[in-house]
Amino acid sequence: MNFLSRIHSLVLKEFQSLLSTKSGRMLLIMPVILQTALFPLAATLEVRNASLAVFNEDRGRASVEMMQRFAASGAFSRIIPVWSGNELEESVGTREALLAVHIPADFSRRIAARENSPVQVILDGRRSNSSQIAYSYLQSVLDGYLKDRASAAGRVVPSEIIARNWFVPNLEYTHFILPSLVAVITTIGALMVTALSVAREREQGTFEQLLVSPLSPEMIMIGKTVPALAVGFFQATLIVLAAVFLYHVPFQGRLALLYGAMFFYSLALAGVGLFISAVSKTQQQAFLGAFVFIMPAILLSGYTAPVENMPVWLQHLTWVNPVRHFVEIVKGVFLKDASIGRVLSLVLPLIVIGAGTLTAAALMFRRKAA
Amino acid sequence: MTWLSWRRLRALCWKETLQIFRDPSSILIAFFMPVLMLFIFGFGINLDFSRLRIGLRMEDGGAEAAAFAAALNGSPWLEVHSYDSREAMERAVVDSRIRGFVVIPEDFSRKMKQPGETAPVQLVADGSEPNIAQFVRSTVNGVWQTWQMQRAEDRGEEMKREISLEPRFWFNPSAESRNFIIPGSITVIMTVIGALLTSLVVAREWERGTMEALLASPVTRTELLLSKILPYYGLGMVSLLLCVAVAHWVLRVPFRGSVTALWVTGSFFLLSVLGIGLAISSGMRNQFNAAQAALNAAFMPAVMLSGFIYEISSMPLFLRGVTHLIPARYFVSSMQTIFQAGTIWRLLLPDILMLMGTTVVFIGLTAKLTRRRME
Repeated sequence: MNFLSRIHSLVLKEFQSLLSTKSGRMLLIMPVILQTALFPLAATLEVRNASLAVFNEDRGRASVEMMQRFAASGAFSRIIPVWSGNELEESVGTREALLAVHIPADFSRRIAARENSPVQVILDGRRSNSSQIAYSYLQSVLDGYLKDRASAAGRVVPSEIIARNWFVPNLEYTHFILPSLVAVITTIGALMVTALSVAREREQGTFEQLLVSPLSPEMIMIGKTVPALAVGFFQATLIVLAAVFLYHVPFQGRLALLYGAMFFYSLALAGVGLFISAVSKTQQQAFLGAFVFIMPAILLSGYTAPVENMPVWLQHLTWVNPVRHFVEIVKGVFLKDASIGRVLSLVLPLIVIGAGTLTAAALMFRRKAA
Repeated sequence: MTWLSWRRLRALCWKETLQIFRDPSSILIAFFMPVLMLFIFGFGINLDFSRLRIGLRMEDGGAEAAAFAAALNGSPWLEVHSYDSREAMERAVVDSRIRGFVVIPEDFSRKMKQPGETAPVQLVADGSEPNIAQFVRSTVNGVWQTWQMQRAEDRGEEMKREISLEPRFWFNPSAESRNFIIPGSITVIMTVIGALLTSLVVAREWERGTMEALLASPVTRTELLLSKILPYYGLGMVSLLLCVAVAHWVLRVPFRGSVTALWVTGSFFLLSVLGIGLAISSGMRNQFNAAQAALNAAFMPAVMLSGFIYEISSMPLFLRGVTHLIPARYFVSSMQTIFQAGTIWRLLLPDILMLMGTTVVFIGLTAKLTRRRME
């Protein structure tokens, strides 16, 4: 009872120092609101509102029909007609057009002669990912056009591919990004709370007072961990609510699984944060330590680019990155109704990371307390 | 009292420089972190798929089905895993072990032989990873098309595509994503470094009370601001050049522009981000809060809204408006131009003008916040 009441008052004190100032309270809520308002709409690798420059030297029906298809497809918001090769180069060089199409003068003649008729497409390599995606739109519009031409001529293709997307049929990026944001935003919140709080107390001299109090180092650690858990759960809940009610991302899985995993995730973060604060002397060092951890952890989590594209040694190294596992968990539970077995297999590394960092932090505190 | 005395300014800058060199963390931020970050970006952020893992289920034992399966297996872009049961394959998609699968249905070979009938192939992609799903679809489609043409040719049939697209990349002929991601990521890195350096340092002065001491001295506001900006500008510039050097000589990203262009655009960009850091720390006056605010105001927007991965033109209109306030946006596009296209002033000039604008805005904001504190 004594144990619990001491922890209780310690936790109360921690919450007070977090919430007592207006800027402190703002910092717990504003980033979540701003980021859920702005980022889901920004984070898209889809290509919209792109411009296509066209230099058509052909006067035949086929080229006009093909251009009409490109214009009507909705993939390109603007078609820029140009009248010379120089203008074509200019349009891509100045980034006015993402793609430029050159239709040669003998285009229609070659089709009429039943020869293959080539069309040159220039892609802006400075934006190679976007231009490749835009190019694939162009290709699929052309495929549709060719198929219609074939069936109009009474030809039948021997085989065709019927493609479907699971989980997110229309490939909306918001459905992919919001579950990841649950993991990313809580990382910053929960980690900063733990990493900086001990360092701040040390700088202000109140940490020594804590150490000479009847509290054991373990109790101090619990007192510092609980607010991190609370911040993590609070911020994550806000984003989950925004995802479901504002962005209409359907929640497929079980909420209990998500929150169960979140407990171990916050614990792992608190472990990392406490370890950082145990090894740093000033707030500035603690902050740098936190940043040196957060930045790679977020970038190498599969949130900005898939883990499977990394070199193999780096893929193995990401095993110690808690964000990577939690991003997988949230996406799995949210979008794919992941099974308990699957979630457990991802929680296991989180438990290992949490246990490892918390033990290391406890050892460091003990040494300092002694 | 004049508003600017060179003697006082020199003394203040000297004090600031001494402080930078005495504190190992500033050196760590300026030289160690950018290189570390650059390596993480260089190796970790890659949008080019080397091998996509997909599943394959053969429900048909005929020769045509086997030929298509062989074509899939032969693709250098795919890593094909065969499954005997559909359930196991579907579970593999849910568990993210494969990114999609192909099913060749029972009567595939028979339908292929039947003229006038179309034999369907089923393709399922994991939509929870939209970018990967796109690539799965286009890769399998490509294999399928090549196989069909090959097959027609082998049978002596005429199956020419009437129209074919011939893609050609400009500025980045090998179309490697790292060639545009690394110049862009230098921007993200410098945003963070610039904002961190100033936000932490000035907040610490407020916290320790040394700022009040300075303000009580005859130092003017202009001198104070300049003394915080100039030394960190120098430090940031060295850090920026270090990043570009590592990108070019270690990570082997082609650099086609001039150092002058880099210096001019880099200067205004650095001044803007130093301004952001100063504004945050003058507003917060507390290291704990300044640190969090700097992370949220500098790092995340630079990643998400600068156009370094996510194309700005694809964003909704109001967000495109928001991106205009972010200095990183202008520096990303000029860095991509300087690295890949060269020194094209016509392209760089609009960005430079906008960066001048953001410099004025953020340093002006700091001046305003400092004045309020002095009263």
